[in-house]
Amino acid sequence: MHAFKYLRASSANDAAAAVAKNSEARYLAGGQSLVQAMKLRLSSPTDLIDLGAIKDLTGIKVDGSGVTIGAMTRHADVAGSADVKKAIPALAALAGMVGDRQVRNMGTLGGSLANSDPAADYPAAVLGLGATINTNKRKIAADDFFKGLFETALQPAELITSVTFPAAKRAAYVKFKNQASRFAIVGVFVADTGSGVRVAVTGAGPCAFRSKELEAALSKSFTVEAAAAVKVPDKGMNSDLHASAEYRAHLVTVMAKRAVQAALG
Amino acid sequence: MGVKVSMTVNGKQVSSEVEERTLLVTLIREQLRLTGTHVGCDTAQCGACTIAMNGKAVKSCSMLAMQAEGADIMTIEGVAKPDGTLHPMQAAFKENHGLQCGFCTPGMVMNAIDFAKRHPNASEQEVREALDGNLCRCTGYHNIVKSIMAGSKAMAAGK
Ligand SMILES: Cc1cc2nc3c(=O)[nH]c(=O)nc-3n(C[C@H](O)[C@H](O)[C@H](O)COP(=O)(O)OP(=O)(O)OC[C@H]3O[C@@H](n4cnc5c(N)ncnc54)[C@H](O)[C@@H]3O)c2cc1C
Ligand code: FES
Ligand code: FES
Repeated sequence: MHAFKYLRASSANDAAAAVAKNSEARYLAGGQSLVQAMKLRLSSPTDLIDLGAIKDLTGIKVDGSGVTIGAMTRHADVAGSADVKKAIPALAALAGMVGDRQVRNMGTLGGSLANSDPAADYPAAVLGLGATINTNKRKIAADDFFKGLFETALQPAELITSVTFPAAKRAAYVKFKNQASRFAIVGVFVADTGSGVRVAVTGAGPCAFRSKELEAALSKSFTVEAAAAVKVPDKGMNSDLHASAEYRAHLVTVMAKRAVQAALG
Repeated sequence: MGVKVSMTVNGKQVSSEVEERTLLVTLIREQLRLTGTHVGCDTAQCGACTIAMNGKAVKSCSMLAMQAEGADIMTIEGVAKPDGTLHPMQAAFKENHGLQCGFCTPGMVMNAIDFAKRHPNASEQEVREALDGNLCRCTGYHNIVKSIMAGSKAMAAGK
């Protein structure tokens, strides 16, 4: 790992100011992606601004608009939250599927979204539920957030402070795991929001995306059979040693079927 | 270069001078000389480096020492009683042949203790899932699962 300067920020404002000063500075959340990347010298920021001591960035709040989760809230705390389990059980379940126990004890919601790993789980929930990403500057709709491979709508130094997830009538997330890393080879989040069906896919493309084909079919009929009848095009899908684009496209339908089944309970 | 970090390690207050980029596992092994915490990979996947931070199992290879400022750290050296009596989870690994070479064992035990505290009546399936982040090249996991089931019971019984 290359050397860098370290600052423990005491407020979101201090953190944002410190990162804004220097284009090679980065926020440090749990380090579960960033420290890894730095160890492999895939990333070498000159300054790390640790968000770990900022109390306002952690916590879970439920109100009429849904569930708002602080950016620094750990995956394990979302998975174990009685409030989340009650309001949006599919979201708690998804958080409990990320990586392994140790990763879930450190990894954060904000870090996962800012990183936008093509195989990450949270992006599927954010997009599937139509969540709002709250930053220190503005509110970003999920549909405008994921831009490409490890690329988001965040501007330099923009800090995610929390995410607001609207509750759905019924929803579920199912993923086909990479057996070594636990990341999603393909994950599908299905949500019947009450005003339409949203289907978000992760693992299959450069970043999470919505499947228009599945949404159209499930809006007409929210059934396993309707999902099964959809053939998702493999154009633009990832192809690597784990799965070909064609196989991933096939998996999208299979995971969607299972997710609908789970959502129907 | 050269920053100060303070934390509690196995009940003792520790203050160290580290580089900003020093990993927590490097501090534990090379400065504190607590070499029971192992490093088995470069990719955060093997779990041999698992310790408890504020009572939660985390991988000490995947975080900076600075991220543990003020934290309560427990390593495998801290789980037995001062007189050497094994922790019930350690005893269960011994009794159930839950280790062969022993390289993965400190991480297994640290994760298992945290897991058992939160899930005292876990099923075998749940125990297997809890081991997602711990690799063992020797045992085939079977006796590790047996050990954790037995250790959980012993912990719940307050042994
Ligand atoms: C072994 C292993 C298995 C894993 N398996 C999975 C899996 O199955 N599914 C999955 O989804 N993920 C998985 N992960 C990744 C894990 O979920 C991480 O928590 C996540 O990628 C982000 O890590 P972090 O929160 O620690 O953020 P960091 O690593 O600290 O930061 C990641 C990036 O986000 C930026 N950042 C952090 N917080 C903010 C913020 N609030 N605002 C703006 N930018 C910010 C940082 O500058 C950095 O660029 C795995 C990781 C490991 C090590
Ligand atoms: S050394 Fe930490 S996970 Fe392998
Ligand atoms: S006992 Fe040898 S690696 Fe697990």
